Amino acid sequence: MSLAEGIREIVLDQARQHGFARVTCLRLEIGRFAGVEKPALEFAFDVVMRGSPAEGARLEMLDLPGRALCFDCETTVEIDSRLSPCPRCGGGRLLPEGGDEMRIKDMEVA
Amino acid sequence: MCTVCGCHGTVTFDPGPEVKSPLPPAAAPVSSLAAAVSAVAGMTPRSRAAPKPAPAHHHDHGGCGCGPGHHLHPYGQRAAGGSVPGMSQERLIAVETSILSKNDALAAENRRALAARQVLALNLVSSPGSGKTTLLCETIRAMGARPLAVIEGDQQTSADADRIRATGARAIQINTGKGCHLDAAMVGHALTALNLPQGACLFIENVGNLVCPAGFDLGEDAKVAILSVTEGEDKPLKYPAMFTAARLAILNKIDLAPYCGADLAAYRANLRRVNPHIEILEVSARTGEGMQGWLNWLAARQSEKAEAL
Repeated sequence: MSLAEGIREIVLDQARQHGFARVTCLRLEIGRFAGVEKPALEFAFDVVMRGSPAEGARLEMLDLPGRALCFDCETTVEIDSRLSPCPRCGGGRLLPEGGDEMRIKDMEVA
Repeated sequence: MCTVCGCHGTVTFDPGPEVKSPLPPAAAPVSSLAAAVSAVAGMTPRSRAAPKPAPAHHHDHGGCGCGPGHHLHPYGQRAAGGSVPGMSQERLIAVETSILSKNDALAAENRRALAARQVLALNLVSSPGSGKTTLLCETIRAMGARPLAVIEGDQQTSADADRIRATGARAIQINTGKGCHLDAAMVGHALTALNLPQGACLFIENVGNLVCPAGFDLGEDAKVAILSVTEGEDKPLKYPAMFTAARLAILNKIDLAPYCGADLAAYRANLRRVNPHIEILEVSARTGEGMQGWLNWLAARQSEKAEAL
């Protein structure tokens, strides 16, 4: 719900800045480790956007890969989950470096 | 960048299939696309009257630059330029903004305000019932007369703030209602109310929740995750974001470890698995075991903060 409210704030800011009345499509980039429950965000989005320029807008979510630094082979690797072992050396000590993004990429407006 | 067709810069926009020219290429010396477009729009292409033919996809950007008569984007298929009367004008706006950017900006303000007064701010995060408040009460008693304050976050009640105030320390209770975390705006208001003295220590006891508080920066110097030995060794693996975000993990209630079969080595291993950098202290706030290590850690962070200015 907080995320949807964050989106609403940004939509309102952008509407003031660019002078549009309606958002038809909004695209988000969500990292694999961001922990965003997509159906929950979709539900919250519909509810929170009511009365805003983004009411009824289509919500698209693009996945971004999870990246982590392996402490054993000292390389940055892509992993599916935070607990995955290093795909290069099998090491278990990885520090996430990316994949927790929650960004609005762009919006189609009218 | 052109927000109509996205033909320049990083924004990608699918303008839909191009309008096919009704004329063979040889009969359209200027631009088959221009002819097609102007036929659709019922206009004369400016290029016929102009001394030189216009390029097929001319962009003199700065408000798109294209005059109303030779706007050569493939119209009609999707969002169009404004030269077709009655059609809506859809545009693509590149936002590239973090959803939490507003919170992050407020957190940065908090951080500046705290740094100006050399206040060490710690965000205490954990599941409900891990012993955050007991740890804080004991910490306050041990710190004696040093200036400190506590911001308490809970969905309901002022029970925790009351416990803190009973030790003589200042506390502000924030009730978040249905909210599952504190955010930077709430802490910003509390900071204004607290008006902390130079060199104070600020403890922010977040809402008991191992999930959401991990994502909300409050402007703190560090997150301290408290994990009691009754919770289970698997918690760092189940809620990795929180333990990845924390600088220090306090394993609390270690006096109970023998009674609940807690494997302290497994706790440590699982913490390091999700965060190889994490510092770990084993403490029992109730018996005082390990408290000195925590107080030393606090003192080290406070002197770091004092030197940073």
